[in-house]
Amino acid sequence: MGLGGSSLVLVAVQAVTGILMMLVYRPVPEAAYGSVVQLEGDVMFGSLVRGVHWWAANLLVVVVLLHMARVFLTGGYHGTRQFNWVIGCVLLVVVATAAFTGYLLPWDQLAYWAVTVATGMLAYVPVVGGWLQHAVRGGQDVGADTLTTFYTLHTTIVPAALLVLMGFHFWRVRRAGGVVVPPDRDDGAAGAERSVLFLPHLLGREVVQALVVVAVVIVLGAAVGAPLGAPANTGLSPNPTKAPWYFMGIQELLIHLHPAFALLVVPVVAVFGFLLLPYLAADDEPSGRWFLSATGRTTAAVAAIGAVLVTAIAVALDAVTTGRSGWVTGGLLPFGVAVTIVWGLARWVRRRWNASRNETIQAVVVAVAVLFAVLTMVGEWFRGPGMGLVWPWLR
Amino acid sequence: MQRSSRPGRPTDEGGTTRRGALAWLWSVLGLAALAELGWVAASFIRPRTAVGGGNAEVVVAGAVDDFAAGSVTPFPAGRFYLVRLEDGGFLAVHRECTHLGCTVPWRAESGHFECPCHASVFDITGEVLSPPAPRPLDLLEVRIENGVVKVNPGRRLRRATFTSSQVVRS
Repeated sequence: MGLGGSSLVLVAVQAVTGILMMLVYRPVPEAAYGSVVQLEGDVMFGSLVRGVHWWAANLLVVVVLLHMARVFLTGGYHGTRQFNWVIGCVLLVVVATAAFTGYLLPWDQLAYWAVTVATGMLAYVPVVGGWLQHAVRGGQDVGADTLTTFYTLHTTIVPAALLVLMGFHFWRVRRAGGVVVPPDRDDGAAGAERSVLFLPHLLGREVVQALVVVAVVIVLGAAVGAPLGAPANTGLSPNPTKAPWYFMGIQELLIHLHPAFALLVVPVVAVFGFLLLPYLAADDEPSGRWFLSATGRTTAAVAAIGAVLVTAIAVALDAVTTGRSGWVTGGLLPFGVAVTIVWGLARWVRRRWNASRNETIQAVVVAVAVLFAVLTMVGEWFRGPGMGLVWPWLR
Repeated sequence: MQRSSRPGRPTDEGGTTRRGALAWLWSVLGLAALAELGWVAASFIRPRTAVGGGNAEVVVAGAVDDFAAGSVTPFPAGRFYLVRLEDGGFLAVHRECTHLGCTVPWRAESGHFECPCHASVFDITGEVLSPPAPRPLDLLEVRIENGVVKVNPGRRLRRATFTSSQVVRS
């Protein structure tokens, strides 16, 4: 329990630290970096506030993803909760937007080139890519207009959207009768005992947990702080240049797949798959139990291990084969193979373990999620100069 | 949530009621207002993109004879390299990698443009020697007037491959 509550606490931390930093920060390319240096050096507690904001931002993305995983794996998206899953997916996108727009603001080398590369990927979206990139950057290149746009999004539009959507999200949780509780263990107790009173049981726990979350980000912010590199230099790209970690999976995908697939087909299929998840799953399974059943546990584990192995082998194989590939060999073929493997997994799970509809869906989603997680980790940790594969401990 | 059974509220059964028509009108007006807001927002984003980064002024690179054959001269303000090929022709090669937009430095020792971000390699004409870059480096418009080389960074040419017709000769 409590990942959703932790997200709320982290958002509150972001609001407080963010508003404090707005008092110092100057959102123009000539002054942005200097104002961050000033914040780090001259402003009392400036370094701490920025460190807390940085850590809470990254933690928020992690916690929201874990929250999503928890809701999915405990079947907390059935019945009246179906639509709340969709709101949750939108919230994930908003949180990612918040993190990404904030990434540019320090205007150091890391920020500038990460945003250049991440928005550079937009140009590969078929048909509307160039227009989309132009709109996001506010021009040809990342520059003053990009900073203005990102700053406005980061400090007004995104927080407002977050606030409205979070209110909606929590209201739907209340309307669904509170959070999901595990089904009664064997004894079949009366329905009244299946939920607990918010006061004092839940509130007490949530307050303790909120304090722990705040303590963790303060300790991290104080002890480690937020990174700040050299000021942005538009003429000097670092080697290698990577997108922010939450977009690294897509950049890694772009190394392996034809752009039309990496940036259109795969994301569209993934987004719609996730949005429609509650409507695809059978509604008759009990909510609140991890992995549905013993069979569910086994099949999910098999899917996860299989996905790790297959993805690792695919990445290694692709590193060995060289040369540019067209949209058939570089896009349709690997995508078709991946779909076939996932389809095969679903069939195998049904035959071998006699899995139910929801257990099969669970195995497939686990496999896809693990695939993306492995791609993210490969891109983030196993890619060195020139985006070549290296062992992280040899870097 | 039983809306229709509320007392005093006419239902839509059996034709359009006055209240139903008004509700319909409200939603149409609401949608129109939303569309207008969207249009206003779009027009706030658009004018900046038309300017094209602000550095679209023509760069006067220098006299033709100032550039040796086979030389590559960087012009950071215009974000391009002025290339003079061995045969004396000029190319203004944009410095932005066609892969993901990193700045591509010229490596004199290897005689190639090498992208530091993701290891794309281009030859002196900007042609791709090694992926992941999907197409050659963009070209900017070059004009030679009275023995002076001028480059217009506002006129950018995307190309699928290098052809000799892209080379500007004096």
